[in-house]
Amino acid sequence: MDTEYGQLTSEIETAYGIPANTPLGHDPRNPLFNVTWDLDRDEGDEVNLMKATRLSPLPEPIMHMDDDHSRNVIVTSVDYLLNWARKSSLFPLQFGLACCAFEMIASAMGRFDISRFGMEAFRATPRQADLMIVAGTVTWKMAVPLRRLYEQMAEPKWVISMGVCATSGGPYYQSYSVVPGVNHIVPVDVYVPGCPPRPDALLYGIMQLHDKIRRYSLMENPAGGA
Amino acid sequence: MSKAWDGAKLADAIHKSLPDVVVDASGTDIWIEPDSVHQVMWLLRDDPEFRFELLSSVTAVDYISYFEVVYHLTSLTRNATAVVKSKCGMGRDDARIPSVVDIWRGADLQEREVWDLMGITFEGHPNHKRIMLWEGFPGHPLRKDFATYEQSIVPESERRVPSALAGEIEDGQG
Repeated sequence: MDTEYGQLTSEIETAYGIPANTPLGHDPRNPLFNVTWDLDRDEGDEVNLMKATRLSPLPEPIMHMDDDHSRNVIVTSVDYLLNWARKSSLFPLQFGLACCAFEMIASAMGRFDISRFGMEAFRATPRQADLMIVAGTVTWKMAVPLRRLYEQMAEPKWVISMGVCATSGGPYYQSYSVVPGVNHIVPVDVYVPGCPPRPDALLYGIMQLHDKIRRYSLMENPAGGA
Repeated sequence: MSKAWDGAKLADAIHKSLPDVVVDASGTDIWIEPDSVHQVMWLLRDDPEFRFELLSSVTAVDYISYFEVVYHLTSLTRNATAVVKSKCGMGRDDARIPSVVDIWRGADLQEREVWDLMGITFEGHPNHKRIMLWEGFPGHPLRKDFATYEQSIVPESERRVPSALAGEIEDGQG
């Protein structure tokens, strides 16, 4: 075990009844520390690695538009059907990080009602979700699970960056703990500005994403392929 | 409205039981020796004159040449409050102070927060590790000498490979 926190002094031994020279945090009163210490350090290593290596934004998912001559009638029909099905039943991942989450929740309620777009079913697991709405400030500690959730989502998948914190760090830009834009972690399809954006703005972003999905082609680039 | 203890009166009252632990008193604050924090806090909690059953907050201030740990105490039976401060880490190195977790369990998370952000070691704390930032974060960000974003990035030479990625090639842009 590391002893980076220093050693207990002998006065502490008499005051607390634990052996002298026990590394801080490792005293026998709390066996939990020894169980979680390796996990904590491993988590920290992953965060440090991500923070040091993800220095530039990932490229936006390319939207290829070929001319209709290169596509035959069957492919375009299948494309139309698939894209229509995909855009009409986007299941978002239930994923709120900060105050933007309330606007996202509001957009799911009766007044704004995203069930009109067939997406009222907020999924609690990434394996059933198509769309990740990153609603709020992304800290570096959250970036690791966020990337993991994105990788667990089934293709095709899309990401909306909601609010200025998720888009660029916002008021926390260059903070020691906040990611300067979630596009450093996952490729983002649509950015919704605002602090926080009103539900109308989120709905507009979702409709922009619908437009984007409608133009994907089976032949050129499968939808959601980054 | 609860009554705030006058600093001078509180210092006198402590002096009756524990002489030579109060360094200074001013307004509603008293300053005590960091080595005596544990004794003084037991006295303040259990002595019938004080009965501070509740530790409202533990926090710390960086005064550049030293750190100051601040305890806000509340007595529910006496309907009174007090502010106890203690200077530690003179010259900024080796900032440490005894933990009060065994006196008030509520100090647990707050002392971890002070350690996490300010880097003051609480000796005798049963679970002395970071609470908000991740393990391995370089330094303590609320210190005055922690100024730039670059300071919070661990250089490659000091980085450990996470065990989940050991053996894999990591290009960082996956």
